Amino acid sequence: MAIKRAAAFEGPGPDAVYGDHLKNGKFRIQHCNACGRNFFYPRMLCVHCGAADWVWLDASGKGTVYSTSVVRQRPEDGPDYNIALIDLAEGPRMMSRVTDIAPADVKIGMAVEAYIGDLGKEPLVLFRPAGK
Amino acid sequence: MAHPLRGSVAVVGIGLTPFGELPGRSHLEIMGEAIHNALADAGIDKSQVDGIFGSNFNDPLGAILYPEYFGLKNIRVMDSTNIGGSSFNNAMQDAAAALHLGLCDVALIAYGSNARTATRRGGPGFGRSFDAPYRPRQPINSYALAAARHMHQYGTSKEHLAHVAVSARQWAQKNPRAFMRGPLTIDEVLKSRMVVDPFGVRDCCLVTDGGAAMIVVRADRARDFPQAPVYLLGVGAATTHNDISQMPDLTVTAVAQAAPRAYDMAGISVEDVDVIEVYDAFTINTILFLEDFGFCRKGEGGPFVAAGNIAPGGKHPLNTNGGGLSCVHPGMYGMFLMIEAVEQLRGTAGDRQVRDAEIALCNGNGGYLSSQITLVFGTAATL
Repeated sequence: MAIKRAAAFEGPGPDAVYGDHLKNGKFRIQHCNACGRNFFYPRMLCVHCGAADWVWLDASGKGTVYSTSVVRQRPEDGPDYNIALIDLAEGPRMMSRVTDIAPADVKIGMAVEAYIGDLGKEPLVLFRPAGK
Repeated sequence: MAHPLRGSVAVVGIGLTPFGELPGRSHLEIMGEAIHNALADAGIDKSQVDGIFGSNFNDPLGAILYPEYFGLKNIRVMDSTNIGGSSFNNAMQDAAAALHLGLCDVALIAYGSNARTATRRGGPGFGRSFDAPYRPRQPINSYALAAARHMHQYGTSKEHLAHVAVSARQWAQKNPRAFMRGPLTIDEVLKSRMVVDPFGVRDCCLVTDGGAAMIVVRADRARDFPQAPVYLLGVGAATTHNDISQMPDLTVTAVAQAAPRAYDMAGISVEDVDVIEVYDAFTINTILFLEDFGFCRKGEGGPFVAAGNIAPGGKHPLNTNGGGLSCVHPGMYGMFLMIEAVEQLRGTAGDRQVRDAEIALCNGNGGYLSSQITLVFGTAATL
């Protein structure tokens, strides 16, 4: 008896599709139809329940700083910058940078908003303080 | 009934190189000195080695390179699993199982690195990562994020972190092998150059050269070797993530899972521990591990170390060689903490010897707080 192959296993994988979304100005995460939970970074199987039955979901872009740090640089290497972990409103946590604010002024618990920018290479999801 | 691996294998040989700077030597050459010393300590010839355990970021296929390079002709078990700096602690678990089942009879666990003097600095990172494009300064950055969260949640201070560094230095001052033995004060740690906030450079482990090796055999033949055997009483392993963004709670490590497994196998509780050796890649590690071991409650690790518990003369001597912070840290530290435990349990640790040490608790950390291997070692009296 033929077993129906899940749609997730057809065509380009979620890693590539996620990148295409970003190039088109969309920040999308995955939503699992089987368990109802969301996940990021892009994966073939739901990280919570293991199902291959998931769809793309537009992230609201709303997030909260879970932890934060400042990478100190020698002046010749460029300015200090922020590295933070952001809890998305949809549940998943991701690494990013909070910009448009002094790196040391980013605080745990701060509300932030996503935007698509880049650090000189491929498009990336970055954050700035909410309402700024 | 006791777990079948409890006391089933013993360390019968250890070997070290000098620490610090070994210019002009490759990591394999450094490893060679450590292996030579471990074989001599065990009083055996390399032909008896039939299990090889070791990994290195330079050697993706280490377990076939090492037999070729060192002329090990009788290898029956090959394991170069790389889970970061805890690989060698994980190898102890694998070696114990392989020895117990008779898959091999003499296991060699070894590591060497020229991390300090090699011209090429830094590694390629740990594979596919959605964290890497933001250019965190790894591995420091991951641990800095954990420290920041612990400080936010529990009021842990930079002074608390500094006590970890100063305690390590006080132990290093008793160890002639340690790389950094000069005086160090809390104030000097606090004023050290910032690297990744909240860490200054003295919150971070050394980068040194160095090698270490050990010989492990089944307990039934451990007394045939010249040195007092040090027995593996228990081991537990756990992993919570690879990239730091995927760690469920930055204030709780996988030690909270691994340590109870090791205690159960060993049949001990934290009260039975005489000496502690942990992977102190950064000052926050020691605080997190003490909490997750159960020496104090979650969030109380800072005040616990500031009270002098882990320093020389304290109730819970920890990292008695000076640790990765002040003794040696050649990229991966997992071997060195086990070797210090063996020296303490043999009673050969000189000025830093913990009196009447019978049980040593070890923890190897790998990746970005990612993999944790807890080990309990004991003397013959603990069997």
